[in-house]
Amino acid sequence: MTTLTPVLSAFWDEEDSYTLAGYQRNGGYKASAKALKMEPDDVINLVKESGLRGRGGAGFPTGTKWSFIPQGDNKEHYLVVNADESEPGTCKDMPLLMANPHSLIEGIIIASYAIRANHAFIYIRGEVVHVVRRLQQAIDDAYKAGLLGKDVKKGYDLELVLHVGAGAYICGEETALLDSLEGFRGQPRLRPPFPAIAGLYARPTVVNNVESIASVPAIIANGIEWFQKMGTEKSKGFTLYSLSGHVKNPGQFEAPLGITLRELLDMSGGMRKGHTLKFWTPGGSSTPLFTAEHLDVPLDYEGVSAAGSMLGTKALQIFDETTCVLRAVLRWTEFYKHESCGKCTPCREGTWWLVQAMKKLEAGEGTTEDLDKLIDLTNNIAGRSFCALADGAASPILSSMKYFRDEYQLHLDNGGCPFDPSASTLFKSTAGNE
Amino acid sequence: MAFSDKDLELMGTIIAKYPRKRSAIMPLLHYVQSVSGYVTPEGIEKIAELLELSTAEVTAVSTFYTQYKPHPVGEYHVGVCINTLCAVMGGDQIYEEVSKHLGIGNDEVTADGKVSLERIECNAACDYAPVVMVNWEFYDNQTPESVKALVDGAREGKAKGPTRGPKTLRTWKENSAVLAGISDGLANEGPSAGKASLLGLKLSKGEKK
Repeated sequence: MTTLTPVLSAFWDEEDSYTLAGYQRNGGYKASAKALKMEPDDVINLVKESGLRGRGGAGFPTGTKWSFIPQGDNKEHYLVVNADESEPGTCKDMPLLMANPHSLIEGIIIASYAIRANHAFIYIRGEVVHVVRRLQQAIDDAYKAGLLGKDVKKGYDLELVLHVGAGAYICGEETALLDSLEGFRGQPRLRPPFPAIAGLYARPTVVNNVESIASVPAIIANGIEWFQKMGTEKSKGFTLYSLSGHVKNPGQFEAPLGITLRELLDMSGGMRKGHTLKFWTPGGSSTPLFTAEHLDVPLDYEGVSAAGSMLGTKALQIFDETTCVLRAVLRWTEFYKHESCGKCTPCREGTWWLVQAMKKLEAGEGTTEDLDKLIDLTNNIAGRSFCALADGAASPILSSMKYFRDEYQLHLDNGGCPFDPSASTLFKSTAGNE
Repeated sequence: MAFSDKDLELMGTIIAKYPRKRSAIMPLLHYVQSVSGYVTPEGIEKIAELLELSTAEVTAVSTFYTQYKPHPVGEYHVGVCINTLCAVMGGDQIYEEVSKHLGIGNDEVTADGKVSLERIECNAACDYAPVVMVNWEFYDNQTPESVKALVDGAREGKAKGPTRGPKTLRTWKENSAVLAGISDGLANEGPSAGKASLLGLKLSKGEKK
């Protein structure tokens, strides 16, 4: 049985956890003081050796990413933190920043020093005003305390700017984020060149997820051995799992990588009363669906991949037997269509066609041949654009077709959706009673 | 609406934060919304002038992002999450009922200008589904009844405060200023974390869920 390991969330229950005083009382800013006494390269190597991998979805080794920044090039370097958290189901970075913003700022100090950046940015999504308040206050307090600004360490200056987005999922894609931060429409760039060579303002740039950077101070403070005691062979450390949907108790769980959904459900109270698990996402809507047969898949990078999906953002969205899988998939497909930036034709046009096709099928219109046509269409959209948005759109369609083709057929046979949406809600239906 | 000297000073502060001034376009658009409630033609012109861009360039950016509104929204802008998880858990029903209750549809405003409605995508609070945002503040674990009461309160200027946010609900313009980087001093209001955010921590301490 895996036990929970609260690190970033260890003191979220303290009423001033988000303040500088609260953070320092819990050991805050000791790691950055320690790191600033080290050689920058040694900091990079330590993070590399720890095995920390990106917590935003892709799982790229964090220290390795830092080591790609060319040194001694006499150019400005930038650190950009991706706090655009918008992947459907994903809800870990916002509570983290609301309750413990200083862990991110301390991580930013360490990371910026390591890659020799004098300027860092946090790109946060715009639809979360209170998180913006907390984070801006934390930055202001860090400046006042001399933790940011001039001479963070003698001769080393660090400016940190909070940049607030304005409602575009695509800006969570790192190159679209950089375009957006430069003041353009947020559209992905062709790579190479990668951001490590030509990122923000065409300068070497590291883009990391909030949780990745916020995890660094604990590693510096407690050491590699401590970190590696948690997790599995290639997926080291602790991470935030977000449980939502038809469960008895949704919430955030900080656990070692490799915990299973069965374990998380067992400790949190299971499914909502009287219902059974039908399908779930391991890491947001862009990661192929799982079913009850995947309850024991280790939720680490390798385990989830081997089972045919992706760890993604560890956003475990749980749906019970009352949920129509076509309805769920159609809604996600509409999301991808809405959020497609329009730059690449296969995605711009393709997501539009996917919505049309899914709408017809959900309404029970069409023939069995249309199911194969949908798969063919989806395969012609995935992998054909600059970024992974269209690939994300393909995931729920292809995986639902893999596990629930019968349900698609049932809609056709039935001439419509056989499910009652009010059975899936958390409250009794009162529609039409007004 | 003309921009005051105070506005221009604040806009200057925003521009000064960035190594290259074009990067200030997004916070400046938020700022324009804090003054006028939406992105006005005058706002576009002012930003273009300040950043030495064409109005076409500023408009191109403004129209890309859904939070920048090309027309006035309500003093209280209500976003009902209709992405899959919230929709299934009750968001669809909330949207239907509130829309009927207010007599407005997506992207529409009540005749008194108080409340507008939007179908929004995932707002990173899925463990509190169904979620409703008002002026981008979190209203967790909503029902059709709670949201109808909320919008009724808002129309009378007595809206219930957010679940995780300041004690009282701020207006659209006031919150737009915060998004532009101008502090309203309310960061210390509201809880550190909501109940769902603390569940894992409580379990690890052996406390009851």
